[in-house]
Amino acid sequence: MSVDKATVTKIASLARIRMSDGELERMAPELSQILDWVEQLGEVDTAGVEPMTAVIPNSLRLRADVVDADPLTGGGRREDILANAPAAEHGFFGVPKVIE
Amino acid sequence: MTDLTQLGIKPLRDGVAAGEFTAREVAEAFNAAVADASALNAFIVTTPDHALDAASKVDADRAAGKALGPMAGVPIGMKDLFCTQGVQTTAASHILEGFVPRYESTVSQKLWDAGAGMLGKLNLDQFAMGSSNETSHFGNVSSPWRRTGTNAPMSPGGSSGGSSAAVAARIAPAATGTDTGGSIRQPAAFTGICGIKPTYGRCSRWGVVAFASSLDQAGPMARSVEDCAIMLGAMAGFDPKDATSLKMDVPDWAAGLDGNLAGKTIGIPREYRMEGTDAAILDSWERGKQWLRDAGATIVDISLPHTKYALPAYYIIAPAEASSNLARYDGVRYGLRDLPDGAGLQDMYAETREAGFGDEVKRRILIGTYVLSAGFYDAYYTQAQKVRALVARDFEQAFAQCDLILAPTTPTASFPLGENSEDPLAMYLNDVFAVPASLAGLPAMSVPAMQNEGGLPLGLQLVGRPFDEQGVLNAGLAIEQRAGFSAQPDKWWC
Repeated sequence: MSVDKATVTKIASLARIRMSDGELERMAPELSQILDWVEQLGEVDTAGVEPMTAVIPNSLRLRADVVDADPLTGGGRREDILANAPAAEHGFFGVPKVIE
Repeated sequence: MTDLTQLGIKPLRDGVAAGEFTAREVAEAFNAAVADASALNAFIVTTPDHALDAASKVDADRAAGKALGPMAGVPIGMKDLFCTQGVQTTAASHILEGFVPRYESTVSQKLWDAGAGMLGKLNLDQFAMGSSNETSHFGNVSSPWRRTGTNAPMSPGGSSGGSSAAVAARIAPAATGTDTGGSIRQPAAFTGICGIKPTYGRCSRWGVVAFASSLDQAGPMARSVEDCAIMLGAMAGFDPKDATSLKMDVPDWAAGLDGNLAGKTIGIPREYRMEGTDAAILDSWERGKQWLRDAGATIVDISLPHTKYALPAYYIIAPAEASSNLARYDGVRYGLRDLPDGAGLQDMYAETREAGFGDEVKRRILIGTYVLSAGFYDAYYTQAQKVRALVARDFEQAFAQCDLILAPTTPTASFPLGENSEDPLAMYLNDVFAVPASLAGLPAMSVPAMQNEGGLPLGLQLVGRPFDEQGVLNAGLAIEQRAGFSAQPDKWWC
C-alpha cells in the first residue's frame, strides 16, 4: 500500500480539503490502489526522453501593449468581477480577518 | 407534418433556409421534447427562451433576405462546462451552483453567431471527471438506451453524458461536448451517435471550465458525420484569448466531405487487441476494416508500443493539472463559501472545498497533489510526461506507414448505472482506447457501427494526424455510409 491514512491527511491538508476520519479511512485504500497501478510507468525506459509539456509545438504570443486591447479581458470590469463573489464589500472581495 | 425532432443539423438548417418550416417551429418542437424528457435528467437547466429568441432572429433575418449562418435555426444543447452569459454554469458541481457568468465562452459565442440557439445546459460528470455520468451533483443522467428485456437505467457515458443522452433521445439535434481523455468519444459510442475531438488547439478553451488544460478540447456531438463537420466548423478558429489556440485557417470540412478512400492507408494497432475486450467489440472492428476496404482503403497492421502506459500516464497528468486548476475554488471570488462561525481564512478554504467538491473530484485533486508534492514530482509527474512523449512518438511513427488509425472507441458497450461506481480503477479502464489520442493531441472521432446482442450501440474510433480532421471525417463518413446505423431507443421517458 503506497499511502496510509496519515499521508492522505497530509495531502488533504496541502490541497485545503477538510476530511472527516471516515472519509480519510475510505480514501486511503482507493488512492493506494490507483497509485499502485500507475507505478507501472516505472517500467518504461525513458532515458534521453524529454518530458512533453505541449502536444502541438506553439510559441507563446505577445499581445499588443495597449490598455484594454481586448475589451473582454481588459480592465475596468470591477462590477462584473465581483458579481459572483460570495462576500463583495466596498468594491473588494471580502475574506475573514487574517491579521490579529 | 414532419416530426422536426427527427431531423439533424443539416436538414433543419436547409429546411429553415428553404422556408419548409420556420426556425421558431423547430425551437418549439425541441423545447417540447426537452420538457417531456425530464426522466433522462440530461439538462441541469433548460433555456427555452434562448432557443426561441435565436430562432426569431433567424426567421427575421430570412424574411429580410439576410445571409444565414451555418447553424441558423438549429437549437442545440450546451454542455454545462461552457460559460454562458446570464445562464448558470456549474460544471455539475455544488461549488459552482448559482454561478452566473458575466461573459460568454468563445465556442458558445461562435455557435450563437452562426445562428444556433440554446435549449439548455447539459448535465455531465462533475468537472468532466468521470466516464458514466454518475459524479454530477445534479444526479445521474440516464441513457435513452436500455439493454433488451431489462429496465435497468444504463450509463450514457461520460463526461459528456447529458450531451450524448440528449442527442440520442432526439431531444436535441446536436450538442457541444468536451474531451480530456475520451469524454466526447466514449459517450458518443455508448449512445449510437457521432462525436469528434479535433486537434488540440482547434477550439478555444476560453470560458470553458478547466479540468486538465493540456488535454481539454471541445467538439461537437451529433447524429451524423456531416452534422459534426458543419458544427465543428462553427466552433473552431483562432482565439487570441487562449494561449494554446491554433493560429490556422479552419477548412470547410463539410464541403470537403468525401467517403471515397482510394489511396488511403488505414492502420490497425495490434496493441488495442486487449484481453477482456468484448467479442462484439472485436466483431465491430472487423466489420469496420471491411467497410474501409470497401471504400477503397488499404488496411495495414501497425504497432503503438506504449499503448499500455497511456492510461496510467493520463491518470497522473490529468489529476496533476486538475489539482492546480481547481485551486481557484476557494470561496473568495465566486461559487460556494462555507465559513463556520469564528473560522479563519485557511479553515474557510478547507470547509468550502470539503462541502463543494464531490468524491471523484476530491480523489483526483488528492492524487494530483500527491504526484506533484516534493519528493514525488520526478518519479510520478516527470516520468508521466516522458511517457506521454513516447505515446506521441508512437503515433508519429505509425503515421509514416498509414494515414489514419481505426480502433474500437471503448472496450465494452454501455453498462447499468451503479455497476462500476464503487471501483474507480474499473471505471478508468473505459477510456483505455480513447486516452492515447488525447495525450498526443490528435483529432479523433467515434462513429456508430452496430448494436450488440443486447441491442446496445457500439462505436468505432478513427484517429488522424494533427490537423487532419478532414481525413478523420471522411473515413467516418465511409463507415457511416456502410454501417447503416439507424436504430433508435424506445421512447420510455415520455
